Amino acid sequence: MTEAEEEKARAPFKMHVELGKIREFARATKSKNPEYLEDESPTAPTTFLCTAGFWMPEVVTPAGEDGSGYERILHGGTEYTFYGPPPKAGAVLYVSSKPGPAWEKTGRRGGAMKFRDSIMEYHDEAGTLVAETRNTVIETEQAPTTGAGA
Amino acid sequence: MTPPRTEELELVEGAELTPFVDKPLTVTDFVRYQGASGDMNPAHHDTEFAQRAGFPTPFAVGMLQAGVLATYLTDHFGASAIRHFKVQWREQAWPGDVLTYAAKIVAVREEEGQRFVDLEATVTRQTGGVHLLGWATFVI
Repeated sequence: MTEAEEEKARAPFKMHVELGKIREFARATKSKNPEYLEDESPTAPTTFLCTAGFWMPEVVTPAGEDGSGYERILHGGTEYTFYGPPPKAGAVLYVSSKPGPAWEKTGRRGGAMKFRDSIMEYHDEAGTLVAETRNTVIETEQAPTTGAGA
Repeated sequence: MTPPRTEELELVEGAELTPFVDKPLTVTDFVRYQGASGDMNPAHHDTEFAQRAGFPTPFAVGMLQAGVLATYLTDHFGASAIRHFKVQWREQAWPGDVLTYAAKIVAVREEEGQRFVDLEATVTRQTGGVHLLGWATFVI
């Protein structure tokens, strides 16, 4: 991504935590908890905040607009920190992001691997920080046929 | 939300949750998760794309297994009680893989008047290979 694109990707945006999206996400992550189908204001599943991308004013992915960058990108790690109970359906969050540390390693097959963390912060309507997520993206020099990543 | 607790687990260091063995992974699982999450990386559902990128077939979406691990843990300790969750992926998982989700308590501690339980988790392939390592903290 160019610097201008990265800046655009970091513009703060508003996210609605929606009941239907929570149900869809709970089913996709194989929850059999009946409360996701019965409760009208269930707690969002732990990793639900990864759906924030739907609320970005402009979709800017690390893979570029045509998706070609996906061929060299792996997800190395993810982290969710909640400063109280995770948000429930009906919550409105203000999401902002910032770059984290970046580092390099040589992979087992000799290719260079570039690691990059990105951090997203989620504030509620009162301005309280309720959650923070951190994702590590690995960019590989060659096709990552084995080893770390998902 | 009340967790649909299925077992009584003593809250002591070393206590292990009963492992969860999932059904074999399918590309349909990946597609359902990708639609729900918005991560449309074609390497998880488009065979031609995956092969062009050097993979024999589409491979599992890591965030799906992270989400299933969170489901496994929150079904026991409660979705609203989680305070920290972290995953590091190791080897990739593939369609047909049978994954086992396991977790054990590594600490029960008190901080500022609240009790916390720390867990370590693994998701292992049928080959014994580790797909991911996880860590979680719940308020109890």
